[in-house]
Amino acid sequence: MSVFNLFRKQRSAPTARERLQVLLAHERAPAGSDLVAQLREEILAVIARHVELDHDRVRVKMDGDEHVSILEIDVEIPLSAVVQAA
Amino acid sequence: MGKVIVVTSGKGGVGKTTSTAALGAALAQRGEKVAVVDFDVGLRNLDLVMGAERRVVYDIVNVIQGDAKLPQALIRDKRLENLFLLPASQTRDKDALTPEGVEIVMNDLKRYFDWIVCDSPAGIERGATLAMRHADVAVVVTNPEVSSVRDSDRIIGLLDAKTAKAERGERIEKHLLLTRYDAVRAERGDMLKVEDVLDILSIPLIGIIPESTDVLRASNLGSPVTLADARSAPAMAYFDAVRRLTGEPLPITIPGEKRGIFGKIFGRKAA
Repeated sequence: MSVFNLFRKQRSAPTARERLQVLLAHERAPAGSDLVAQLREEILAVIARHVELDHDRVRVKMDGDEHVSILEIDVEIPLSAVVQAA
Repeated sequence: MGKVIVVTSGKGGVGKTTSTAALGAALAQRGEKVAVVDFDVGLRNLDLVMGAERRVVYDIVNVIQGDAKLPQALIRDKRLENLFLLPASQTRDKDALTPEGVEIVMNDLKRYFDWIVCDSPAGIERGATLAMRHADVAVVVTNPEVSSVRDSDRIIGLLDAKTAKAERGERIEKHLLLTRYDAVRAERGDMLKVEDVLDILSIPLIGIIPESTDVLRASNLGSPVTLADARSAPAMAYFDAVRRLTGEPLPITIPGEKRGIFGKIFGRKAA
């Protein structure tokens, strides 16, 4: 990595790619039939039952090829919420 | 029997009309008999890009409604004698196109021409679905940009559902034409890369047209870019796309992918 990268803004293309993958996985499926999209909804709903979800702190990634789909969910849970639940 | 190509995208302004003119002319430059057909009733522009705007007398709606015969409405290109334009109507609304009328016109065109290249209007309404209805091949024009990719995905879904071929249970041949591509920005990570768009849309790539002032210059002059400057980068990319369309197994090259002097010095890599 060159020093110049330190001063550069973060690359936007990878974000565009991820946003599209999530969106299109959702839009391609005739309502409710897509397992991965459904899993995403249900997993997030379960977490939301226990801690307050800040949607800006949830990152969903979908990837895959013709054989497998990969669903990656990153949820930031604030420490205060963990203390409350315990 | 001629082969019908629809040039479509969903989103407006990505280069459908430019690409229709360039692909049509490039096919004609190879000696094929070609008709380019404007389906954008009410907002026709293919005549302007082809430089034939002052020669329009009859249009596709006149033919469908029986006011003119097909040969009367076809405009022969001044530069290529085997290239013809069937313009859209500028004054009617899009409901003037009927499915039955379009079918008759397309069947007639297929008898006289080797290739019929249909310029679809933007959107997913009647004009767009009629333009793709009788297609054997679809060229999906996409910019490396999120809204264009999303709309192309939608159009691909329509091609698989609403075309006559799809309804007969056959597969419509679909190709991606990536336009306004800037290899330097993609390399820097500031623009979706070819692989990104291909991964997301998963249809085969027919060509990459670089972002270029030659395209605007050609439309200013009223000439398909393949005729205005056959040696310009976008023209060569369209010629290659046409060779692939006609079945030549030509490897894809990314136009303009060379590093600038700064890229060479610092050897940056995209994240």
